[in-house]
Amino acid sequence: MLELTAVSKTYDGTQVLQPIDMTVDQGRTTVLIGPSGCGKSTLIRTMMGLIWPDSGTVRFEGTEVTPTNALLLRRRMGYVIQDGGLFPHLNARGNVSLMARYLGWSQERVESRLAELASLTQFPREGLDRYPVQLSGGQRQRVALMRALMLDPDVLLLDEPLGALDPMIRSELQADLRKIFQTLGKTVVMVTHDMGEAGFFGDTIVLLRDGQIVQQGTLKEMVQSPATPFVQQFINAQRSPLESLRGDSV
Amino acid sequence: MRALHILPALLAAAVTLLSPVAGFAQQASAEREITFGSKIFTESVILGEMAVHLAQSAGARTLHRSELGGTQVLWSALLRGDIDVYPEYTGTLSQEILAGSGVSGEEAIRQALAERGIRMSQILGFNNTYVIGMKEEVAERLGIRTISDLRRHPDLKFGFNNEFMDRGDGWPMLRARYNLPQQDVRGLNHDLAYRGLEDGSIHAMDLYSTDAEIQYYNLRTLEDDLGVFPTYHAVLLYRDDLAARAPEVVATLLQMEGLISEAEMVAMNSRAKLDGMEESVVSADFLVAKQIIDDPQVEVESAVGRLLRNTRAHLYLVSISLMAAILIAVPLGILSARQPRIGQVILGTTGVIQTIPSLALLVFMIPLLGIGEPPAIMAVFLYSLLPIVRNTYTGLHDIPPGIRESAAALGLPSGATLRLVDLPMASRAILAGIKISAVINVGTATLGALIGAGGYGQPILTGIRRDDIGLILEGAVPAAALALVVQGLFELIERVLVPKGLRLKR
Repeated sequence: MLELTAVSKTYDGTQVLQPIDMTVDQGRTTVLIGPSGCGKSTLIRTMMGLIWPDSGTVRFEGTEVTPTNALLLRRRMGYVIQDGGLFPHLNARGNVSLMARYLGWSQERVESRLAELASLTQFPREGLDRYPVQLSGGQRQRVALMRALMLDPDVLLLDEPLGALDPMIRSELQADLRKIFQTLGKTVVMVTHDMGEAGFFGDTIVLLRDGQIVQQGTLKEMVQSPATPFVQQFINAQRSPLESLRGDSV
Repeated sequence: MRALHILPALLAAAVTLLSPVAGFAQQASAEREITFGSKIFTESVILGEMAVHLAQSAGARTLHRSELGGTQVLWSALLRGDIDVYPEYTGTLSQEILAGSGVSGEEAIRQALAERGIRMSQILGFNNTYVIGMKEEVAERLGIRTISDLRRHPDLKFGFNNEFMDRGDGWPMLRARYNLPQQDVRGLNHDLAYRGLEDGSIHAMDLYSTDAEIQYYNLRTLEDDLGVFPTYHAVLLYRDDLAARAPEVVATLLQMEGLISEAEMVAMNSRAKLDGMEESVVSADFLVAKQIIDDPQVEVESAVGRLLRNTRAHLYLVSISLMAAILIAVPLGILSARQPRIGQVILGTTGVIQTIPSLALLVFMIPLLGIGEPPAIMAVFLYSLLPIVRNTYTGLHDIPPGIRESAAALGLPSGATLRLVDLPMASRAILAGIKISAVINVGTATLGALIGAGGYGQPILTGIRRDDIGLILEGAVPAAALALVVQGLFELIERVLVPKGLRLKR
């Protein structure tokens, strides 16, 4: 689905991404994880052509992403950022349907798609007329997800989509999100800094450090055979106090 | 650097846009109309009105652009043909207008003017030269009779008319020839200087020998013992083509030659300035007393009529300049936000424009646009740019990065992003800029009166000149009211234009 070859990026003399090779498989959920500044957000943006790598190529379904075709390719990708990135001047309906209307969808088509998405994301229908400031954080993320899914994209990219939510809402939305991913069977790339979340969602977990991939695999593989001491350290640092109470089982 | 080329082009576009409108307005009443000009002091207005009466008695249709701000404004307007006739002084002609050609003496001046297509009448009679005036008591106490006596009192404070401060035959020459040591010399509006003398904040000022106030304020005029001030005989200047176009009118106008003595001029100035009589009435009475005309048409406008006329003129200046400013400044603001390097140039340029003194800007416009509405609109337009450009730029610049990224991630093209996301998001800031501009605009437009564009500035200028608070308020109060109305109007527009989502409280 997405294929990155020797992608690197330098900002102001700091190498944010070392040359990275990586593949995102069709229909699977890939989670990018790592400490702050490891390059995970930069990496997901290069996949969308929001950031251009200094070297290397990104291929989306075999086509190289270039400034010329990025606009069109992005319409086949859905993108959600941490605080939703909703347009404050549009209500939920306006946010979700902005691109579809721009593309000239009919009123009926827009409304029927909205109804589908609202029920998929369990977003209350009457909430569609509310503006972002009138919605709770969790609702805003549901709207952002609906907006990302509106054009039925081939791949869904999420940059810390649950990062700004409080724990109760977060866990509720985690469960809903996973259900949605399973229902849709879409290719998903997600950035998080939370190992538990990564394990919860990820078929494949990609652990990054200083712009390099340290290890790639399932959570189980990482726990059982960490590639470097850093992997073990990273996992241990994120063990919750509850787990240590229960003993050492994973 | 490309923007340096864009900006003048835009300005030129604005000028072309505006010119036909104003041109049309003038054309509607232009049929063989003769336009008179006068400077922004009472005597000049009286002479202008006198010429108007004479021209009317000869059957001409007339327009008097009175109280224009300064010699250069009138002179360039005469050269351009924006006005046909105006009263001038021989001293000003030789010392200022023709200063470069080094002419002196009436015939030499007449010759030099003829080369420029301008004719000069014989002198009208009186000599209105500069004198230096002090309060009688102060002069008596210090024992000052002549200008030379001033040398003995270096601590005296002088308040001179800005024109007198700068022009070659004014303060610079006086200081040099008399070797005057005073340091505290400031530029001051003539009418304010009288009040400065009264309250003692200045000790001496420049006066004209026909000033009505000399008696009124009990002033001593210091003897020009070295004879440095040139003679300032009043004359009429008129264009060659007027002589060809309306010879009978010119012949009638020339009846003013040798007509007015110094005492008569002081008397007329005093009636207008101190008794608050309309210049039109004063000059008509004089002509009747001299048995030159017997039935002058003196239309004294009602206060309401004057208010309506000024309101119309002011609205005309404000609406066109503001509309043009919005049409040009918003795109400039967008360009600045999208192309930071060009933006620096645009923001810098509009900022610099704001620092140009308004009268300088007006005078600068005259060779380009003449006098009247077009240069006033252009000047007000230029002053309106900065708040709108700056606020548009800031509004767009401050859109959170997450919002921009989301728009880009949707795959919206740049133009659609601007229309559907950026401009609605920045609408409040842009409208705030427009509101500021509108209010500034209403205020700045009052300066249009200095170049004959009328509006609320006219009663303000006349009021200051005649020391008539009522008349000043007649311009200042409606201007303030208009500013409030315009602001209210844009608050209403804001309710329609700013999206609901941005107006909701969190």
